[in-house]
Amino acid sequence: MITLSPLRWGKPYESLDFTDVVHFDTGEPIARIGNVGGGIVGRDMRQAHKARQALLQMSTDSLIDCCKRAAVLFESADLSVGDSTQSVDQFVHQQSASTGLPEHMCRSNMMKNSFVLSNIDQILDCLTRGLDLSILSRGYGEEGRGVIVSYQSQTPVLGAVLPNNSPGVHTLWLPAIPLQVGLALKPGSQEPWTPYRMVSAFIEAGVPAEAFGLYPGGHDAGGAIMTKTPRSMIFGSAQTVAQHEGNPRVQAHGPGFSKVLLGDDVVDDWEDYLDLMVESVLSNSGRSCINCSGIWASRHTREIAQAIAEKIGPVEVLPPSDPESQLAAFTVPAMATGTHGMVQQDLAESGVEDMTAQYGEKLVEKEHCAYLRPMVVRADSPDRQVASKEYMFPFVSVVECPQAEMLRRIGPTLVGTVLTADPAFVAAAGSSIDIDRLNVGPIPTNRLNWLQPHEGNIIDFLFRSRAYQLADLPVAANVS
Amino acid sequence: MSTADSPLSEAVASQAAEAKDRLNEHTLKTVHWHFSDETGSPFWLEKKAELNFDPLKDVKSFDDLKKFPHFEDEWLRGGPVRRWVPKGHAGKPTYVFETGGTTGIPKSRVVIEDHWKDYELFSETLPDEYFPRGANWLMLGPSGPRRLRLAVEHLAQFRDGICFCIDLDPRWVVKLIKKGWMEHLEEYKKHCIDQAVTVLTAGHDIKCMFATPKLLESLGEALEERGTSLQEVGITGIFSGGTEFTPQWTRFCVEEMLGGPPEESGVYMTPTYGNTLMGLACGKKISAADDYKIAYYAPQPRAVTEVVTFDDYNQVVDYGGTGRVKLYTLTDEFFVPGFMERDEGEREAPYDVYPWDGVSGVRPFHELASATTVGVY
Repeated sequence: MITLSPLRWGKPYESLDFTDVVHFDTGEPIARIGNVGGGIVGRDMRQAHKARQALLQMSTDSLIDCCKRAAVLFESADLSVGDSTQSVDQFVHQQSASTGLPEHMCRSNMMKNSFVLSNIDQILDCLTRGLDLSILSRGYGEEGRGVIVSYQSQTPVLGAVLPNNSPGVHTLWLPAIPLQVGLALKPGSQEPWTPYRMVSAFIEAGVPAEAFGLYPGGHDAGGAIMTKTPRSMIFGSAQTVAQHEGNPRVQAHGPGFSKVLLGDDVVDDWEDYLDLMVESVLSNSGRSCINCSGIWASRHTREIAQAIAEKIGPVEVLPPSDPESQLAAFTVPAMATGTHGMVQQDLAESGVEDMTAQYGEKLVEKEHCAYLRPMVVRADSPDRQVASKEYMFPFVSVVECPQAEMLRRIGPTLVGTVLTADPAFVAAAGSSIDIDRLNVGPIPTNRLNWLQPHEGNIIDFLFRSRAYQLADLPVAANVS
Repeated sequence: MSTADSPLSEAVASQAAEAKDRLNEHTLKTVHWHFSDETGSPFWLEKKAELNFDPLKDVKSFDDLKKFPHFEDEWLRGGPVRRWVPKGHAGKPTYVFETGGTTGIPKSRVVIEDHWKDYELFSETLPDEYFPRGANWLMLGPSGPRRLRLAVEHLAQFRDGICFCIDLDPRWVVKLIKKGWMEHLEEYKKHCIDQAVTVLTAGHDIKCMFATPKLLESLGEALEERGTSLQEVGITGIFSGGTEFTPQWTRFCVEEMLGGPPEESGVYMTPTYGNTLMGLACGKKISAADDYKIAYYAPQPRAVTEVVTFDDYNQVVDYGGTGRVKLYTLTDEFFVPGFMERDEGEREAPYDVYPWDGVSGVRPFHELASATTVGVY
C-alpha cells in the first residue's frame, strides 16, 4: 500500500499520525497518508520566503519550460509518488477508487491539468495582457511607454486547501510556479493524488523542491495554511465561500450555480441547443461548479425539461472502469441520502415537477457508498426554492421566467451561457455582476477557455499593481 | 515490542497483585462510606433503593462494582447540587465545578478537597529538576467554574510557588467555532496568548506552566515571532492536557517547538489525561524511541481506568487491544462506579511505576467522534 508523507519545502516528513484512504466501493484501504497539525504548518510558513527565493533563482522562461516538461511527465510518465513509483494507469485507478469518479473522467481531468501546464506561456501572456514576466520577478520594469510598471508580489507562497472530490480544480493553483510563487497545499483526504503527482512532476521537471509544501491533515492544518499564508484559496460549500467573502487574502471557490439562459429570440429553437444543455448538466457527473444547475427560459420549459430528462434520466450506475460510466459515487453515503432528502423537499413545493420521475429510483445505496441518478425538474417560476439550488450530481432545474426578469433573478452564476442574438440582452448580460464567466452563444458551461481568468485573475490575486518612481541621486562632490 | 506481547515480569506481577488488593480494600471502604446512612450522599442513598442488590453486603471487591448500572453523567445536570455531598462531609466548604455548558445546563460536580489531593499526588510525579520547588507557575488554560484552574493553582502552591492565570472562557470558544467566526476565534486566541506573554515577560520568575496543547503551540509561536522562546523566558517544566493529545503533536512539540528532549532543550513536557469526574491520570515518560507513544495511568485506587470491549462494557480487552475507556472514581467525596468515557484507546500493561492497567492512544470514541468538538482551545 502506498504511503504519502507530508512534504516540508521539498523534504519528506515522517509523520506518526496516519489516516487511510479507502476504496469507495469496498472500504478497503488503498493508501495511507501521514498527517501534520497546524503547528508544523505555522512553523514552515515562517520559512515561506525561501520557497520564493528558490524559484527566483530560475527565470520565468525556465520555469515555463519546466511546466511544459511537467505536463508531459504528469500525463505520461512513471513518477515517484510517496514511497512508490506511480504509473498513469495507477494514478487513474487510485483516484477513481478514492473519489468514486469514473476512470475516464479521472483521465479527462488529468488531461485538463496537463493542458493548462503545457499552455502556461499563453495563459500567462493572456492573464497579464502581454506583460514581460521579468517585471513580476523584479517587481518593476518598463513596457516601452516611458512609464515604470510595478507589480509587487503579495506573498511568497500560495496556500490552498484542496477539495476531496474534484480533481479538475487543480488547474487554479498551477500558474503559481511560473509566477515564482511557492505552494503550500493541503491535499483533500480522498484526493491527494493530483497534488502529490503534480508536485512530483514539477520536481522531476527541474522546479526546485524547496518551492513545495504538502500538508495533509485535519481542519487544523487547513486553518493554519489559511491564516499563515498571505494569499490562499479554499474549496468548499456555499457556507465556506460566505465565510471568506470580502477577505482579500482568500479566494474561496464553492458552488457555481452555473446556468444557461435562453433569450426570447432563440427559445423557440431550443432543440438546437439540447446537446449543449445535456453536456453542461451531465459532464463530470455534474460535480463541478461549472456544471449547469439552472436553465432559464420564458417558454417551452416543460418541453426543454422533458427532452433533457429523456437524454439523462435513463443513465444508470456503471462500474467506474466502464468507459460509458457517467455517474460518480458519493463516497460518504450520508451525503447522498441527505441530498436526496433535500431534493424531495424541493419537489414538495407547488409548481415544481420531477421530469425524470418515470426513470426509476434516484437514490442507489451500496454497502460503502451511494449514487444519485440524474434528475431534471421544472419550476414554473424563479420563486420556487429549487431555482437556486445546486447539488453534487447531474441535477438541473428548468425555470420559467420572462426574459425581462431573468438577469435580476438568476443570482450568483459562475458560468452563464446566454443563448441570444439580441444585442440588448447581450449587453445586459455583459453588465450583470452576478455572472462571472460570460459565454455569449452556444458554448456549454463546462467548456472553459483557460486563456481567460477564472473567478478572478490570479495575477491580481498574487500581485499588486502600484506606483514605482525612480530618480537619480545627486552626485556627491567629493566622490573620487 | 508491543505490551500485548510482553508478559508481566514477576516483580511487576507481584506489584500488580498488591495494587489489586489495595484497590479491593479501597473499593469496599468507599462503597460503605457512600451507602451508609450516616456518611452517604442523598443521591446515592436514594439510588440504593433502586438497586437490585445491597451495596453494603454484595460489593466485596472492585470487580463487584460491575453490579452497578453505568454512571450517567446526565445525572450531574441541574440541582440541587447538595444532593451529591456525602453526609460525612456535611458542613465543610464545598466547591462546584462544571463541564460543558456552551448551551443548556452544564454538568456539575461538587468537590471538597479531591482536586487538591489529586494534584498533590500528581506533584510527586514531577521531576524537581524541571519543576523546581518555589518556582512560580502560569496556568494557560480555561478559567471560570473549572476544576483545572484551581487545581493547577493548588499544585503551584503545594510546590511553594505562586500561580499566574489568564482569562479564558472555553464556552465562548465553542460558540465561535459553531458560528464559524474564525476571525474572532483567532483574535480570541491572540487575546489569551497576549495575556500569557505579558505575564511571562514581566519578571515574575515563572518556570513551570500548565497549557493545553493548542495554547502551548500558540504560545511557542507567539514567543518565536517576538524573537524569543519558551526557554528564553525561563520555562523549564510544562504539564499539558485538557484536550486531545497525539504522539504526532507530542513529537512536534518536543522536537521542533522545544528543540529536543529535556536533556537537550532544558524543557520537560508531560502529557496528562483527566476530567472533572476522575481527576488526573499521569503520563508514562514519552520518548522518541517509543514513537512518542502516550500512555496514561489513573491515580489508583482513587480512580481507575479500564479499556473495555465495544459490545460489552463489563469486559476488558486484552493488553494492546482497542476498546472504550471506562472510568471509576472512588474517593470519599465522589463515587462513580463505571462511567463510559467519550474516548477510546488501547489497554496498556502495568509497569513498575504504575502497577495497574493504563490506556494509550486516547482519541474520541469512533461512534461519537463526528458529534464531538475536541481540542477547541
